[in-house]
Amino acid sequence: MNWLVNNLDLVLELTLQHLKLSIPPIIIGFIISIPLGYIAHRFRLTRGLLLTLAGLLYTIPSLALFVILPSITGVSALSELNITIALTIYAVAIMARSVADALDSVDPAIRQSATAVGYGSWRRFWTVEFPLAGPVILAGLRVAAVSTVSLVTVGILIGVSSLGYLFTNGFQRRIVLEILTGVVMTLIVALLLDRILAVGGKLLMPWASSTKQRKRQPLTVTASTSDLGSPA
Amino acid sequence: MNLFQQAFAWLFDPARLEGTSAIPARLGEHLVFTFFAVLIAAVIAVPLGYFIGHTGKGREVAIALSGAARALPSFGLILLLVLVIGVLHKEVAAYIAFVILAIPSILAGAYAGLEATDRRTIDSARAVGMTEWQILWKVEIPLGLPLLMGGLRSATLQVVATATLAAYIGLGGLGGYIITGLANRDFPQMLGAALIIAALALVLDGLFALAQQLVVPRGVGAGRTTDVRTRSSRSSAVAEASAK
Repeated sequence: MNWLVNNLDLVLELTLQHLKLSIPPIIIGFIISIPLGYIAHRFRLTRGLLLTLAGLLYTIPSLALFVILPSITGVSALSELNITIALTIYAVAIMARSVADALDSVDPAIRQSATAVGYGSWRRFWTVEFPLAGPVILAGLRVAAVSTVSLVTVGILIGVSSLGYLFTNGFQRRIVLEILTGVVMTLIVALLLDRILAVGGKLLMPWASSTKQRKRQPLTVTASTSDLGSPA
Repeated sequence: MNLFQQAFAWLFDPARLEGTSAIPARLGEHLVFTFFAVLIAAVIAVPLGYFIGHTGKGREVAIALSGAARALPSFGLILLLVLVIGVLHKEVAAYIAFVILAIPSILAGAYAGLEATDRRTIDSARAVGMTEWQILWKVEIPLGLPLLMGGLRSATLQVVATATLAAYIGLGGLGGYIITGLANRDFPQMLGAALIIAALALVLDGLFALAQQLVVPRGVGAGRTTDVRTRSSRSSAVAEASAK
């Protein structure tokens, strides 16, 4: 227990650093996924292309992506920006699919009703389709947030400090408690962000009886692509 | 010479085929870790997933488990287990970590495969006199195979990625090149190794995609079994039945 008592400051500092690295990829990824998901939802051809590409990017192991990206982007491999770009790619890979699926799940009758009462496609998207797709999009956002928090720790291997520092440092110094603290704090940060998103979603989308979707969401398997071109 | 050319020069250097750190040897280690970890995880998770899927018991636990597993930092888990179990048994520790990380996806695949089976199909099987055991083996399992394969696919990719990180504890595998490359600031080696690891993941993913197509039982309409992600056919069958 000694180690923890003497290093509370360090743990707190690393936790903040961890949050600082986790939040930008989640937000930027979310913003990028909306147009991409819309394009995938709207056009059959781009759907296959975009979602396959997203699936392939998500397949690449994190450490490999951290190493490959700089030679394409020109960003230093050891910089925080490199990690941010890599994690944004993963976040987009998860969320573009969930945005597309979410928009697919909006009842076509509702879409047609909105058109019938005179909504243009821009206004219809933001005021009808997007809010109705919200709960499913939120489920994707939560998955992306949790996996981003967990992946940030890998950055320590290329020298970007986060709670992952406790893993390598604890390993070198043979302090089990230090690594355990790192693992537990990562879990806490992930679950905290997840809760914030869930509660935020409830407040922003009071119309969503999202319990049903959320129940099913965590069990989806990456390969089980639902192709609800025309929901029954 | 740009970095990619240097990386390819490193990859195709004849020296990469010699000694204990030859690429084929490292690739072999990586594949062995992946294969056995996924195998052990499947032996544990498939029967459990089938039990949950068939009986509907323990569903909440399975969901909580797969949610928590996503938040678990794999690198931390390996290092933690190595210290707890002992540095001398690092291989055992790494395998335990791989299996722990592989179980949730396989469990979800096995479970979701049964859950996705149309309730009416199961009722029909029961109506023609099949026993519970026959329903499981002849109806639910074959229909759920594509989703199980999807679970194995995620688990495999998870282990390939985690085995890369395990090189940090000196376990071998392809990640070793990246770790030593980092220590020596040898970027061509790091990039070359990262490209093989990415290629390995993509090839395995492709093979599983193919296998997923192959295990769809004949007679199942295209798209039928994939239609589980956003809708539960069980609940919709119930809803239809109650609407009548």
